[in-house]
Amino acid sequence: MKMKPLDLSRFNAIIVPAIAGALGLLVGAVMLLVLGANPLDAYAAMVQGAFGSPNAFADTLVKASPLLFVGIGTCIAFRCNVINIGGEGQIVIGALLATAVGLTFQEAPSWLLVPGGLLAGFIGGAVWGGIAGVLKTRFRVNEVLSTIMLNSIAGYIMTFFLNGPIMDPTTLDNAIRIPQTQRLPVASDLWRWIPTRFHGGFVLGLGLAVLVYILLWRTTMGYRIRAVGFNPRASRYAGISVSRYQLLAFVLSGALAGLGGAVELMGVTHRLFSDGSASGFTGSAGFNGIIAALFGGLHPIGTIPASILFGALLVGANQLQRTIQVPSAFVITLDGLIVVFVVASQIWSKRTRRVTEEPARPVGVTALQKTEAAK
Amino acid sequence: MNIQHVQLRNITKRFPGVLANDRVNFDVRAGEIHALLGENGAGKTTLMKILYGLYQADEGEILINDAPVRIKSPSDAMRQGIGMVHQHFQLVPPFTVTENIALGLRSAREPMLDLDAVGKRLRELASRYGLHVDPHALVWQLAVGQQQRVEILKALYRDAALLILDEPTAVLTPQEVKELFVTLRRLTETGHALIFISHKLHEVMQISDRVTVLRDGRVVGTVATKHTNTKELARMMVGRDVVTSWDKPPVKTDDQILRIEKLSALDDKGLPAVKNLSLDVRAGEIVGIAGVSGNGQRELAETLVGLRRAESGVVSVAGRDLTNHDPADIIAAGVAFIPEERMTMGVIRDFTVQENLILETHAQPPLARKALFDFDKIAAHASQLVREYDVRTPTLDTPVKSLSGGNIQKLILARELSRAPRLLIAAQPTRGVDIGATEYIHKRLIEQRAQGTAILLISEDLDEVLALADRIAVMYEGEIVGVVPPNTPVDQLGLMMAGAKRVSS
Repeated sequence: MKMKPLDLSRFNAIIVPAIAGALGLLVGAVMLLVLGANPLDAYAAMVQGAFGSPNAFADTLVKASPLLFVGIGTCIAFRCNVINIGGEGQIVIGALLATAVGLTFQEAPSWLLVPGGLLAGFIGGAVWGGIAGVLKTRFRVNEVLSTIMLNSIAGYIMTFFLNGPIMDPTTLDNAIRIPQTQRLPVASDLWRWIPTRFHGGFVLGLGLAVLVYILLWRTTMGYRIRAVGFNPRASRYAGISVSRYQLLAFVLSGALAGLGGAVELMGVTHRLFSDGSASGFTGSAGFNGIIAALFGGLHPIGTIPASILFGALLVGANQLQRTIQVPSAFVITLDGLIVVFVVASQIWSKRTRRVTEEPARPVGVTALQKTEAAK
Repeated sequence: MNIQHVQLRNITKRFPGVLANDRVNFDVRAGEIHALLGENGAGKTTLMKILYGLYQADEGEILINDAPVRIKSPSDAMRQGIGMVHQHFQLVPPFTVTENIALGLRSAREPMLDLDAVGKRLRELASRYGLHVDPHALVWQLAVGQQQRVEILKALYRDAALLILDEPTAVLTPQEVKELFVTLRRLTETGHALIFISHKLHEVMQISDRVTVLRDGRVVGTVATKHTNTKELARMMVGRDVVTSWDKPPVKTDDQILRIEKLSALDDKGLPAVKNLSLDVRAGEIVGIAGVSGNGQRELAETLVGLRRAESGVVSVAGRDLTNHDPADIIAAGVAFIPEERMTMGVIRDFTVQENLILETHAQPPLARKALFDFDKIAAHASQLVREYDVRTPTLDTPVKSLSGGNIQKLILARELSRAPRLLIAAQPTRGVDIGATEYIHKRLIEQRAQGTAILLISEDLDEVLALADRIAVMYEGEIVGVVPPNTPVDQLGLMMAGAKRVSS
């Protein structure tokens, strides 16, 4: 008998979000009909675009990668009941530090540059998440507000550097001033499965998801993080330092988002760029990753398929636009619909659970003995 | 006022997997108080919810004045003259008393409110039944006892002839209980019928005319109160004789374990709650702290276990100064704590039984090696405690929130005592716990005493303190007004609890 967090609520954890997702697609179908498109064709195009070929599937996984990093970080934060909405900023600062490493050590070999860049991303995100953590635990600043503001601050910091210190010299020479860096040294590139765009970052994300699962449910540290998340008063009484573990949750979740930023940089874009806001570089992965985590039941393993699903939505959207000619805003709407249904379904299942649990009374020691015998 | 006799006949109610009421017969007449007694989960509340229209019976019928009625909802019940005062009040805190009474009623001047008329009739009712409460007061500003009066007035305003009171004394101070009982007597004198749900035996003996005992959804018997006694009622409730007094061999040593010297602490509002308090507890001794709720007991306990700052004074355990140390330090020094708020502080409701059983010891070998849990060891540890302390749970992986209050308390007891503590601080260890579990918890405390643990028992239940303590310290307004032996007359203790008498020790 092991502690399996999904064990009790397998139905709630897997079936309910799936049904909710299907309902979102159903409403989306109605919207497609209104737009004059055949929903079946449209969804077929999306599936084709996301999974139809090795290349398509690789793109889906590439899009899923930053969502996965942010998502598993979100699992840690939300399990500790700290609401880290700062994935965007943490991605940006992580990518910025990784860029600094790449630009500074142009001649360094790959075996130094790749881990160095990833480590820089990890540290950058950790610091950026840690700031919100200190603000909350020391000064009782609401973390939702502080992380959202830190997102903006990170975006401005990135834009500042891109317009000055680290701007691509060639654009300066040509006097076109694009806010982006030069291409980072090839030695900093993550492993890539040529000819697709699939890179090693996704594999790293899978490994980390397993590690975070172990951290949360098999280590004393994870036990404390969850204890603080469920009940800070009881945790404090049991001798657990509530503020220390809240800060830790911020640092870890920030670090994972920052690592996601470094992975995106070194696996996909190979240069830092901006359109003046954080999302120009992140593609809103800092927010979508939170959604993926919620969709995955705040479980790092559940976050894997959830990230792939949302990655597929992003990739499928491009295909949809190309073949069916519906506005790309439709996909954003579809995204939102799925979120609304998933959140609603979670509230619904919580409520029904309460109703069915009420009259259930403990069935006595015999049942306990039975489960022990079954071990 | 037309209820002479209400009968419930052969009421059966099933929930998935549970037979909550099994052919229950129950009746109440105008002018009497009929107590419904039973342990938690015996089916008392289910039966009353059927009478009040919140549940529908699967079988059986309800008769009012010998005529069968169907009660499909609370508004049906109110139309029939049945009112219910719930254990958890159904009031709107930011509203005034009058506004709460008027809520849901038709006004004489629809669509305008007519609060003056409501207030006038409210005052009449209040003076007739001695239920004094300011009609213009905001409900959230009222004391719990006054809020309960508003609930009763609400039912009376709606012409309730039968009042169902669900555990009405659970939230009251002894003084408020006394006042409530005066009100209840007055209600029966004016021809109301009352159903009094409780699991407190002496209250039932004190206030009721008849008692019906439920066990496992069945009626064990209905007896006239004057022909029974607490011992018989306890046997009917639990199904066997219940131990209420304990043999305590005299304390052998003079080893001071807990020493509190001139301790002062503030409450949550920053006002002095514990004032210059000194007390000691020896090994193998139970010191009971008696007192009316809110006299600094909670703050004292929290200061002792490191959850609240001591403003001045010293707390030492076995000679070690632990004043204002971390809870972790204090736990490591061998202090165990059964907190008053067991749901919010004693357990993590969403954690499983076994996760809760390792709350303080989860990082210690053999439960964890380095930082990794050994789940086999944890399960073995947990199942041993569950068996040893008779915690009724379907599995070790059951979330604690689905256990009953008594079982949660046994779980906390198991966890705290398994650490072989030097000092146990038990705050209200049996509040809201049924008789069987209470007896069990008392037995464990006495055993722990025999093993040499120093026990500080903080309880508002004077019977409990009298039964268990070797010495009784009475607390009033943050001070110990006297330390007396357990054979002190209850009257004298009552005076001390009210602050009217001091005994220098």
